[in-house]
Amino acid sequence: MGILEVKGVNKRFGGLQALGDVNLSVQENSVHAIIGPNGAGKSTLLNCLVGKLIPDSGSVMFDGQSVLGRKPHEINQMGISRVFQTPEIFADLSVLENVLIPCFARRDGAFRMHAYETVANERELRDMALHMLEDVNMHDKRRMLAGSLSRGDKRRLEMAMCLVQSPRLLLLDEPTAGMARADTNNTIDLLKEIHAKHDITMCIIEHDMNVVFSLAQRITVLAQGTPLVEDVPDRIKGHPKVREAYLGEAQV
Amino acid sequence: MRGLERRDVMLLVIVAVMTLFAPIILNPFPANSAMAQFNAGYPDLMQRFVIFGIFAIGFNILFGLTGYLSFGHAAFLGVGSYSAVWMFKLLGFNIIPAILLSVVVAGLFSVVIGYISLRRSGIYFSILTLAFAQMSFALAYSVLGNPALINLTNGETGLQVYPSDPQVLHGASAPNVTNLFGLEMRQTCEVKLGGTASGLSGCDTHMLPGAFGETFWAFDFNAGYYVCAVLMLIVFYLSIRIFRSPFGMMLRAVKSNQQRLNYTGLNPRPYTLAAFVISGMYAGLAGGLMASMDPLAGAERMQWTASGEVVLMTILGGAGTLIGPVLGAGFIKYFENIFSKINDGVLHSWFAFMPEGLENLFVTLLHPFVGKGWHLTLGILFMLVVIFLPGGLVEGGQRIGRFAFRRRNRKGGEAEAEAARKQPAE
Repeated sequence: MGILEVKGVNKRFGGLQALGDVNLSVQENSVHAIIGPNGAGKSTLLNCLVGKLIPDSGSVMFDGQSVLGRKPHEINQMGISRVFQTPEIFADLSVLENVLIPCFARRDGAFRMHAYETVANERELRDMALHMLEDVNMHDKRRMLAGSLSRGDKRRLEMAMCLVQSPRLLLLDEPTAGMARADTNNTIDLLKEIHAKHDITMCIIEHDMNVVFSLAQRITVLAQGTPLVEDVPDRIKGHPKVREAYLGEAQV
Repeated sequence: MRGLERRDVMLLVIVAVMTLFAPIILNPFPANSAMAQFNAGYPDLMQRFVIFGIFAIGFNILFGLTGYLSFGHAAFLGVGSYSAVWMFKLLGFNIIPAILLSVVVAGLFSVVIGYISLRRSGIYFSILTLAFAQMSFALAYSVLGNPALINLTNGETGLQVYPSDPQVLHGASAPNVTNLFGLEMRQTCEVKLGGTASGLSGCDTHMLPGAFGETFWAFDFNAGYYVCAVLMLIVFYLSIRIFRSPFGMMLRAVKSNQQRLNYTGLNPRPYTLAAFVISGMYAGLAGGLMASMDPLAGAERMQWTASGEVVLMTILGGAGTLIGPVLGAGFIKYFENIFSKINDGVLHSWFAFMPEGLENLFVTLLHPFVGKGWHLTLGILFMLVVIFLPGGLVEGGQRIGRFAFRRRNRKGGEAEAEAARKQPAE
């Protein structure tokens, strides 16, 4: 049993079968990549995992519990954190506050009326957040407005916001989309580092298969809403079906 | 002080000193000089300064922190006023039960309106709150004021206290006006400084008679004003606490990125609802105080123009800053009451030193902007502030402060920058 078990998930938008009978099993503490050409249903699948979309049929179990029908914040409280394609951070807040908010969410749950306490007095959480910022080399930027950071730093900050919650599963939606080669390599190194240090289960959605080969332990190839193959990276590389899916796209 | 950083304590102390000495600060011109009409230190106006200050401080907790622009906050003000007058009618003229009930009823009312309106955000939220407020206005104006059915609001006459009302807690010796355990809200002690000796009555005092020749200053110390001022300081302190609390941080996060907040495991709905209810209770308190100063409640207090006014106050002063809303409230109320008093006669007396043709020209040019045209001046000022000082008067104060002190290396604190140095200009 994996920590995340997707069984027979279907999702239809009008006449388009976005996901057709998707099965997926992500093992604990592994890095699992889901790759596929444009329109393969990668993002739809991810949105079904985090509660943004509800599949028409099938089941999504996280650690033995169904996530279907739960709201995004409830799913996060179960231990699933998500990194977006373009970094989603609190741009009008300081870097430190950005990391403090997930700390509060983890300690106090989805809502707590702590209107008569003071952020400055939360020593424990502040230490936790500052420690996290040191981990991603952003300690000296803690007082800056998050919106004024460079794109690479925003990505780092978003990772820090997810990691400080010690999630059991980290979902990453095309973390290198639109990046230059050098930035892509940096991000891959950051992800490797995070995996090594935090011993965390990761599920990466990626368009560019070169990104995930050095990172993932298992790869699922998705095409037209259905999984084609699932295997270790080395065997995916030369797989005829995968070549067909990608080359077919390249010829269009 | 407990739970506050040094700069917040400084701000609170400055505001406290300014409000306590407001009767002196607002009357800087001798009472018998031509400038006396710019004096704002009379009880009625000072009460309005702090009451609308409370209203705007509360509005700012919702709008300034979460970015949800409510166009219906006057409804809570009106509900607060009606509740207070009902307490006067049923229990008696002591203002404590009136103020308590106005806060509670406005809070309950805002739970209902907030729960429904907060299902939408942005412009749809604004429209929903506007619709609710106008519905409340219509209810108060006609439906609930119908003597044949149920008469809660007394319709267009407005709710007021009649000698035939029960007033069950009204003691035989209690004053027949709004009071705080016997201290009448309208009680005013005048302190006269300089000038010629005068007949004194009651608590009036005369200081340094004759020291400045004929010139004299008159300061009014009004009980009602001080009751309102103390309450404003309390709720201002509470608003600082909210701004600095984890709850306040979450509200700013709601404004910044609700998507991220959702995926961080936080539910924005109860946070925004709590902010809505808190600001509704502030509005209720303001309404209750209005009725406590003058035991009357009319439906026009709930109209959308009244809701728009508090939006103007908050934006003009600086939304999302601590002191901005108070500044904005003072600014607008000052204009409304002082600028509107300048008529052509006053203008003529100002330009009397000029040749007559020039004098008439100036009076004609300025005429549309003063007196009844004060809205025009306010509109122009509002546009200038929004265009050149998007952060409101507080930003203006910050710029002046930065220019004056040449403090340039303040990059560090900018993320948490607040208007700690700005003083209230009530």
